[in-house]
Amino acid sequence: MTLLEATGITKRFAGICALDNVDLDVDAGELIGLIGPNGAGKSTLFNCLSGVLRPDEGRVVLDGVDITGLAVHRRARLGIARTFQRMELFGGMTVRDHLIVAARARARRGGLGRDLTFRGRTTDDELTATGAMADLLGLTPHLDRPIESLTLGQGRLVELGRALMTEPRLLFLDEPSSGLDHHETTEVADVLVRVQRQQGTAIVLVEHDIATVQRVCTRLFVLDYGVRIAAGPTAEVMADQRVREAYLGVGA
Amino acid sequence: MTDLLTYLIRGIPIGCVFALMAVGIVLTYKTSGVLNLAFGAQAYVSAAVFYVLRSDDYLGWPMLPSFLVAVALVAPALGWVLDRGLYRHLRTAPPVAKLVTSLGLLVAIPSVVKLLLGSGAKLRPPGLASESVRSLGQITVDDNQLVTVLVTLLVVVALTVLFRSTALGLQMRAVVESPRMTELAGVNADRIGTFSWMLSSFLAGLAGVLLAPLFAQVSEVNFFVLLVAALAAAAFGRLSSIPLTLAGGLALGMLNQLLAGYLPTDNVLATGLRPSLPFVALFLLLLFWPGLRQPRHAADPLAGVDPPPPSPVSAIRTHSLTVATRIFAVAVVAVFTVVAMTGLDDFWLGIFIKGVIFGLIFLSFTVLTGLGGQISLCQAAFAATGAFATGQLVSRAGMSVLVAMVVGAAVAAAIGAVVALPALRLGGIYLALATLAFAVMFENVLKPQEWVSGGTRPPKVPRPLIAGISFTSDRAFLLLCMVLLAVVAVIVVLVKRGTTGRFLDALRGSETAAQSLGISPARTKVIAFALSAAIAGFGGGLLASFEGRVSYDANFSYVLGLVWVVLVVTMGARSVQAAITAGISLFLFPRILELVPFLSQTAAQSIAFVLFGLGALTYAKHPEGIVEFQTRRSVQRIVDLLARGSNRGDAQPAATDAPAPVLATSGGPDT
Repeated sequence: MTLLEATGITKRFAGICALDNVDLDVDAGELIGLIGPNGAGKSTLFNCLSGVLRPDEGRVVLDGVDITGLAVHRRARLGIARTFQRMELFGGMTVRDHLIVAARARARRGGLGRDLTFRGRTTDDELTATGAMADLLGLTPHLDRPIESLTLGQGRLVELGRALMTEPRLLFLDEPSSGLDHHETTEVADVLVRVQRQQGTAIVLVEHDIATVQRVCTRLFVLDYGVRIAAGPTAEVMADQRVREAYLGVGA
Repeated sequence: MTDLLTYLIRGIPIGCVFALMAVGIVLTYKTSGVLNLAFGAQAYVSAAVFYVLRSDDYLGWPMLPSFLVAVALVAPALGWVLDRGLYRHLRTAPPVAKLVTSLGLLVAIPSVVKLLLGSGAKLRPPGLASESVRSLGQITVDDNQLVTVLVTLLVVVALTVLFRSTALGLQMRAVVESPRMTELAGVNADRIGTFSWMLSSFLAGLAGVLLAPLFAQVSEVNFFVLLVAALAAAAFGRLSSIPLTLAGGLALGMLNQLLAGYLPTDNVLATGLRPSLPFVALFLLLLFWPGLRQPRHAADPLAGVDPPPPSPVSAIRTHSLTVATRIFAVAVVAVFTVVAMTGLDDFWLGIFIKGVIFGLIFLSFTVLTGLGGQISLCQAAFAATGAFATGQLVSRAGMSVLVAMVVGAAVAAAIGAVVALPALRLGGIYLALATLAFAVMFENVLKPQEWVSGGTRPPKVPRPLIAGISFTSDRAFLLLCMVLLAVVAVIVVLVKRGTTGRFLDALRGSETAAQSLGISPARTKVIAFALSAAIAGFGGGLLASFEGRVSYDANFSYVLGLVWVVLVVTMGARSVQAAITAGISLFLFPRILELVPFLSQTAAQSIAFVLFGLGALTYAKHPEGIVEFQTRRSVQRIVDLLARGSNRGDAQPAATDAPAPVLATSGGPDT
């Protein structure tokens, strides 16, 4: 069943065509990869799909509903979550605070009214839920530490955990393994597969580590200079001559 | 038609003064990223110095030496001092820290001038030329106006030559694009920065001396109006284009004269609108002028080289710190209550009541600035709204005082939300400017209205009567105020620890990320703004009840509102006890200074303002505030002492000794 369908997405920046008539579809619960060389338009496509940018042309449909003009936070409430290539963490907050904020945004229970009636404090349920998420990501020892004291790789995990706390139906991950070592990359990939299988979350992964992509993704989309040059099952796409030329730099 | 032409030409000299000032603002904004609100004060310095040197009541020097000392010597020297002593060290500070610093100077500098040059009225300021009138056809101008136009033309030509055809001008333009990149090319960016500060300060001084004769006396209030007019012109030039800025200044001057000529003089709207034209212009420009919201560093490829500024919340409070603060707070409140109930005479009792009420009002900053990360300069207007509403509801509708205060708070909240809605997408320094414009519009347009303030017969506000207990005695009223302060403090803490506070923290950390979780930035910020306005409004009503009437000028004028911001931010915008400390110090501090022998009441007030203003200069270094900083240090010392006493090597390291941050979070675009 198709969860998200983007058709004819076009985005120009001051005359440069960053995305040219790109199509992308995601089925519920599948893990797919979006790959391409630097500057191919992967992050721009993510921004168009998550609402940070408004595409010049094209439509984004989630579950049969046109969400092309919807603001970021409204899309988030429909079940779209994302991480950022350049990390966007909340300075001055602990890891647990990050997760709780996400859980509260998900729950959407009246803010100020609850706060003023002494129901705004951290609940036991939230402690349990954040604890479980920290376990899943291996962040338990850091749960109550300020975000500034974490390493780059741990920061990426916090971003992932924060996105997962909103219990998304569709998760966009922008290079979650950049800044991680080989071991950490493998662990993150395992977490992704587990989340996808256990919670049925559809995941779109932008990733440069081809080994990871091949291991976890069932389908691939390949962008080059804003154009979709290939799409299909992973093995087929990886064997595609044009993909090998554009992306892997393998001469014909 | 000839009328129209006359009005337009009459507007040129004043427009020139606006433009000179505005060019100075754009110059420093571009080269140092500081939107310098202290420019009004700098213009005032030169005007006051010129007055003292030139006026026959004082030294009576000839024109030229007076001009040279006031404009060519004092003004650039002031610019040099500000750059070397202050702004150079704030280069990587967030825009709001720079803004608070300049606000502090805006509050402190005029008081310094009054202390040094005497606070007597400086009447009939002399101009550069004589006041002899010439007629050009149907239009009469005096020599001062001609000189103003000529000087402006001269400055424009000189600046054009500087930027277009000199090496220095080229280097200045390079610094604007990227200070770090310019340094890599072997140019000393600091020296260029100092030069542009001296140059812009010179322009401010020039504008000050030229403006002075247009008013009946040299008073800092006039220079505040000049500042806002110049800000409007600078906003018209998008804070970057000097030709557009000049055009904006001229247009504003002409519009000013047009309104003077065509508006009827007998209704309140006309008399209110004309003086607040610069503010209306600034407000509208901020809201509707496109291209204002481009962050300055967007084009600088090396913008990320400097370390990120300290975030106000970067250190998370330890448990021991929280407990220690609470024990201390309970002890202080207990001692204070006993002393107030038994020992204080009426004079000191009144001071403490006002201090407590202002502590309550200042909690509105804790919500908006501390949690929301927004600087609002119109909290005094919100407090006045609450006070006026309370007065009107009690005297006209016969409502009970406490209920009227709550309704007044709701009215303030509604107005707060209305102001916030369009202003929120601006954020940062532009929100500060828009709220400043609103504060002055409130004072000039809304306050004089009969239905707002009761006009010439302001309504009387009695003390509350709750369940048969009357609070007419000051001691009882103080207790009531302390209880209400505690209630509001609990509300603030609940919000801070609850969902709203966390969402605001998240938005301040990264608006993009918070939004991607489903948090609506606009909704959350409007709630913070409205809540903050409600707290200020409630406090305003309480103050009116204490004083028996609404004394606007003594309590709520926008200039005092600026002092509030400076004081609270200095003490600490994020903590409840800092807000209360700020409230008490606002009244206690000047009174304590008055106890110093040979210090007059005005001098004590001036010194207090100078110290408050200079206190703001610590903000960039300690964004958490003096109170919080000192608390942490004291608790740390006690913890260290205890650890040494028990001689245990494995004492818990405190939060301040946390490992050096590996992750650089931006701390939000404008915090």
